[in-house]
Amino acid sequence: MSAPTGIRYQGELHLLQKEIMAKYFAEATAIAQGNGRKAAHLLIAGNPVELLRAFDVLPIYPEVNVLQLAVRKGSLPFIQKAEELGYATDNCAYVKADIGLFHAGYKTPFATIPKPDILVCNYVGCNVYLNWFEHLAELTGAPAMNIDIPFIRTADGEPTADDVIYVVKQLEELIVLLENVTGRSLDWSAFTKIVERSARTGELWAEIKAMTQSRPAPYDAYFDSVTMMAPLYTLRGTEEGLRFFEVAHREMAERVKAGTGPLPEERFRIVIEGPPPWPRLRVFRDMFTRWGAVAVASTYSTVGGLWEFGFRHDPAHPLESIARHMLSYNVCNRTFLQRYEQMERYVDEWHADAVVIHSVKSCRLFSAGQGDMREHFVRDRDVPTLLIESDLEDPRYFSEAQLRNRIDAFFEALEQRRITAGRGAPVPA
Amino acid sequence: MTLTLDPAFPSARYRDVIEDRDFPTVRADRERTGRAAIGCYPVYGPLELAHAAGLLPVGLFGGGNRIEIAHADSRFQSFICSVVKSTMELGFQRKLDPFDALMFESICDPARNLASIMSRNFPEQAVVYVHLPQNMTSPATADYLTAEYRRVLASLSAVTGKTVSDDDLRASLQAYNRMRAALRDLYAFRDERPQDLATGELYTLARLATLMDPLDVTPILHEALDAARARGGRMKDRIRVVLVGSFCEQPPLELIESIEESGCYMVDDDFLLGWRLFRRDVPTDGDPCRALAVAYLDDSVHLSTKHDLRAPRAKAIVDAVREHRADAAICLIAKFCEPGLFDYALYRKAFEAEAIPHLYLEFEEKMWLYEKIRTEVETFVESMLFR
Repeated sequence: MSAPTGIRYQGELHLLQKEIMAKYFAEATAIAQGNGRKAAHLLIAGNPVELLRAFDVLPIYPEVNVLQLAVRKGSLPFIQKAEELGYATDNCAYVKADIGLFHAGYKTPFATIPKPDILVCNYVGCNVYLNWFEHLAELTGAPAMNIDIPFIRTADGEPTADDVIYVVKQLEELIVLLENVTGRSLDWSAFTKIVERSARTGELWAEIKAMTQSRPAPYDAYFDSVTMMAPLYTLRGTEEGLRFFEVAHREMAERVKAGTGPLPEERFRIVIEGPPPWPRLRVFRDMFTRWGAVAVASTYSTVGGLWEFGFRHDPAHPLESIARHMLSYNVCNRTFLQRYEQMERYVDEWHADAVVIHSVKSCRLFSAGQGDMREHFVRDRDVPTLLIESDLEDPRYFSEAQLRNRIDAFFEALEQRRITAGRGAPVPA
Repeated sequence: MTLTLDPAFPSARYRDVIEDRDFPTVRADRERTGRAAIGCYPVYGPLELAHAAGLLPVGLFGGGNRIEIAHADSRFQSFICSVVKSTMELGFQRKLDPFDALMFESICDPARNLASIMSRNFPEQAVVYVHLPQNMTSPATADYLTAEYRRVLASLSAVTGKTVSDDDLRASLQAYNRMRAALRDLYAFRDERPQDLATGELYTLARLATLMDPLDVTPILHEALDAARARGGRMKDRIRVVLVGSFCEQPPLELIESIEESGCYMVDDDFLLGWRLFRRDVPTDGDPCRALAVAYLDDSVHLSTKHDLRAPRAKAIVDAVREHRADAAICLIAKFCEPGLFDYALYRKAFEAEAIPHLYLEFEEKMWLYEKIRTEVETFVESMLFR
């Protein structure tokens, strides 16, 4: 290994992200303090945030709140609080942290989270979402709606016509519910403009994602993508969110032009599958950095939406395009085998040397069966694949020495393979 | 002699049959009728559609405690429940050869991924995936589920090549209605006279119903009810309990028996719930697919994989305890089962609020030592009887 650790990963874009996210959390706190604006809790996977924005309802994502807790090394007491109340060690720790947070008055070091005026359970792939919001409905007494999104399950890998009709009708019911909660009617022209900004944001994001096909990749498509994902969900459809992506696009394009990557030297290009270990993100990243390994693509960055293969919101058909986003253009609602295909495209079109599967205990949607995924990539595709385990929220499942040993052994073998086979050698930019 | 071991009772004939992963009922059915079979993963699927399409629908509840997992562990992690792994193991050990197709439903995340992984590893079996809706309040849901059932029916027809008429569907609805009615009667009988129908016996019969054509199993269920009625057992000094949490992965029969023999009468449970989900008969007039869809939406019992915001499950369990005049509840939850474990947190809160004593137990289908659970149940029962 040659690349140093102790590297500074954060650049201008990260600072801008911090600034706009601080503003977003200040808005959340102001609602919690009673400024009269409404807040909806909803979930990341294939989120229909455009509709909430159209009613000036602030979207609150419990997943974002609890991952913030984990990044700040504060998730464990909340998880333990939930466990005291009867939640099992084997339950998703995101949910437990959120339940613990509720019982702590929703007070965090970065914001006071407003209680929901409405619970929008966008059931997009994740069955735990249904349990989660059922529990929140019981705790908060807020009006709740399950938006049922049929899984992809047909041979052509597409939703059926009936699926689309069903989801559009449910979105129309959500509009009525939002009208009741906010006391205002939907302004279609404002809504259409929001959808238009989402379309433009998706366009920019897709182009940003394509840039990591360059050598070196201008940013790490796993560890740096998460910086862009928060605004993508919390601020999508707003002017501010769009501006953020314009800045991000400009910055990344300049990096491509200058041949700058996130590390001094890009030695291995990897695809990472699975959510990150938020409680030890920096330590985890360093484990790859020391080998000069850069993620050129990641499945996690597609939980909220999959834009890189062509999907765009459509202001001419706003509800139908939101329905399609929820049904098929996010990794969560697609089949496990469609995820294999997605990763294969990443390996081929983003020119990756290897796949790293980060299996998290909390999220079975992501993890259940990843041994089969490894089997497929190694045996059917001859792609070196590493499977490692920890968790996205619970620091008790992060075994640093064990992970480091596995990762070191993997890259040592990869290096050996490169020497002996001459395969995957860096190509001049 | 305990009731469970009564060799003259009809269930005794099937004790080995329900545990046999060579699926003797399926093989016998094929020999007799020549028809194809479909393995139906729990919790609930529209069995009637498969039946009408000319398939024998068979409950596929993993490997139980008779299959050693040799290969599936490398595909699914240690924190995934046993029934997912052992179902895949059945495939690796060629135990699924009698099946032409497999049916999975949107019950939980591991089951959903399992459907994909099974189709990749065992392409010889058609995988039919049913998305059961989770918005129970939308007026659009009945239309959706009706259309979904029509889509599923087309996939099933493609397996057998049979064109299915509405009359075929009605005949299958009726066959399952009769089977479910027979099970409801047996459950009602046990509630009334638990001393004359042990849960181990009832379970064996219900499990048999997942392995046979409803037309063939219903007479056996009737025979069992008659035999139970003819008994005149004496009520023992036991507490009455409602058991919840075993709706998907199934505990070993010996564990069920151990719990009951440790001092309880189980007067209600959620074993094999998918085969007896409806409160009453599904109407056989009108559009059969719509009738089945509406029954699922509006006429099915509470289920941990069905999220109905109109009716909290914790309240349903509390109501069941009251309705069955139970003294306590036992939560018997499969290890790593997220839907079951999440529900427990709400059940516990409700039990505490309603002052209903409850015992929490975890099991795995592959367990074969029951002493620890037996001791826990005995202690719990004693604390109830001698308080």
